[in-house]
Amino acid sequence: MSIMAEPSAEGRFGEFGGRFVPETLVPACQELEAAFREAWADPLFRAELHQLLKQYAGRPSIITECHNLGRKLGIRLILKREDLNHTGSHKINNVLGQALLAKRMGKTRLVAETGAGQHGVASATAAALLGMSCKVYMGAVDVERQALNVFRMKLLGAEVEAVHSGSRTLKDAVNEAMRDWVATVGETYYCLGSVMGPHPYPWMVREFHRVIGDEASAQCRELLGGSDPDFIVACVGGGSNAMGIFSGFVDTDARLIGVEPAGGAAVGRGMPGVVHGMRSYLMQDEYGQVQEAHSISAGLDYPGVGPEHSYLASIGRAEYPTVTDAEVIDAFQLMARSEGIIPALECAHAMAWIAREAPSMQGKVVLMNLSGRGDKDVAQMMEILG
Amino acid sequence: MTFGRMETEFRAKRDAGRKLLVPYITGGLAGWQQAIRAAADAGADAIEIGIPFSDPVMDGPIIQEASQRALESGVTPVSIFEEARELEVGIPLAVMCYYNTVHHAGHERFAYQLLSAGISAAIVPDLPLEESGPWCIAADAAGIETVMLAAPTAPDERLPRVAARARGFVYSVGLLGVTGERASLAASATALARRLKAITDVPVLVGVGVSNAEQARQACTVADGVIQGASVVRRLMDGGPEAVGDYVAEVRAAIQH
Ligand SMILES: Cc1ncc(COP(=O)(O)O)c(C=O)c1O
Repeated sequence: MSIMAEPSAEGRFGEFGGRFVPETLVPACQELEAAFREAWADPLFRAELHQLLKQYAGRPSIITECHNLGRKLGIRLILKREDLNHTGSHKINNVLGQALLAKRMGKTRLVAETGAGQHGVASATAAALLGMSCKVYMGAVDVERQALNVFRMKLLGAEVEAVHSGSRTLKDAVNEAMRDWVATVGETYYCLGSVMGPHPYPWMVREFHRVIGDEASAQCRELLGGSDPDFIVACVGGGSNAMGIFSGFVDTDARLIGVEPAGGAAVGRGMPGVVHGMRSYLMQDEYGQVQEAHSISAGLDYPGVGPEHSYLASIGRAEYPTVTDAEVIDAFQLMARSEGIIPALECAHAMAWIAREAPSMQGKVVLMNLSGRGDKDVAQMMEILG
Repeated sequence: MTFGRMETEFRAKRDAGRKLLVPYITGGLAGWQQAIRAAADAGADAIEIGIPFSDPVMDGPIIQEASQRALESGVTPVSIFEEARELEVGIPLAVMCYYNTVHHAGHERFAYQLLSAGISAAIVPDLPLEESGPWCIAADAAGIETVMLAAPTAPDERLPRVAARARGFVYSVGLLGVTGERASLAASATALARRLKAITDVPVLVGVGVSNAEQARQACTVADGVIQGASVVRRLMDGGPEAVGDYVAEVRAAIQH
């Protein structure tokens, strides 16, 4: 059996996960779990999703070997190009799956939270395509630093609400989306953007992103004459792009590396806690108040992490190092100048770890998930780089 | 079965024909102790003390703001427990806290902290039935009554299981949504209270969205009592402890007829 199997009946991965939601939402979570189980076992649903991923999102995404950077760093560097998906990131895989499910469940309205805006854009896109209304909650800090994506969401017909409570970032956007869901649970589908939240979200979102790892595994074997990479590296906010690519390699000998921002290191600096419906590693103070994360990247500016990552960390199957904002700014430019690819600030974290650790990986094959493109970050980088 | 202090008192009062009134007050908010004393003097039957949390997903703008203010002034669960011990108001005290506060302290330790602060009961709005086992074991052992919430979305088969696990009273959630004042009492408030009354002998109190004396009166035509949160906390923030006392007296008068 795979290390990344189905969670227990209570939605646990080891001691992590669960369903810590207000009583009002318990029936909705149970209904969602049943609907997902049924849809995921239905060949017609799978075929419909496959068709959308292929003809709308542009899957399969290619892999690209980075010869210039590889030479510079003394490794073989391969990118999984989720940046080339429609809407510009991996987020569309999950959103198309959930939006089809929402439709199947007879829901007419999508609610989503977003950090960098990529999940919000993907949700707005799916809502436009499938004829649903869409409301996106976004921290006021993020509304400012990801203004391009805010306008994209509005163009796509979504309503964007800036959240002014707490740290005014992703954590608070999740709170507000949950408050909306509690009040509108009959007609609303909560389209959660990462492998987090109450059961079944962490499992369901991972299954919708599994396509990243499945494709990459086959593509790497073709490129590498049948063998697997030595390292699989991805950035971790809630952890969906990392889960997606890990799922293709978790049962190989490859080392799995999830890179967290130094200012939002749930695994590195947190301890088990419960927020947003799940038990997982969480940055918190001595009384259990959730601490604010601080990261240059809106998509990783989150004090928690998906529960299956906590599980993989607890059994030693995956590692969760951190990189600093300064290292990320360097990596962002390094990738642009060496390869002609402008990465999203989120996955520039994965690049930063690879660049820093390359001396200890000489001659190794490193697969990095390039989870999104950097267009949304250009204005922010213009300010930082002057 | 022997009941805890709060349930014993609530059953006796209910059986004597009294409607139960439980005001919610954010712990650590300026004037909170005086407000509790004023509410007790004005006819409250118990007080629900809110333990401020960084991420209060079941709360609307008023209680969010109160929590934020309390946290910014340096309040912690432990400082609230210490101050609660001095209250001695003669009616039972309950806490309303999010589960991470309990989880982080540890179940046994948290139950013991409540006990030593003279607090009888706990309401944990993000700890549903399926996840409540470990906390309930510790709470039962310490004699802390765990109030369970029942929601309008619950199917019929679920309500008896929720009620069976409830100690103190059953918290009948008045509407789909978070705490906050509403112009009128939602139809779901009396509908759920009626469903609960039909299946349990535990006192049934309606809370969330019971926003004034008239709405409290309406809820009490079916329920055994009400919990009032945002309307109380707003008065404490705007008018201070006396405003809370006046309001509680007004609600008391309204529900007793
Ligand atoms: C391009 C990109 N990568 C990664 C993330 C982080 O999310 P996750 O950790 O779920 O992959 C985001 C989130 O906004 C993103 O936009």
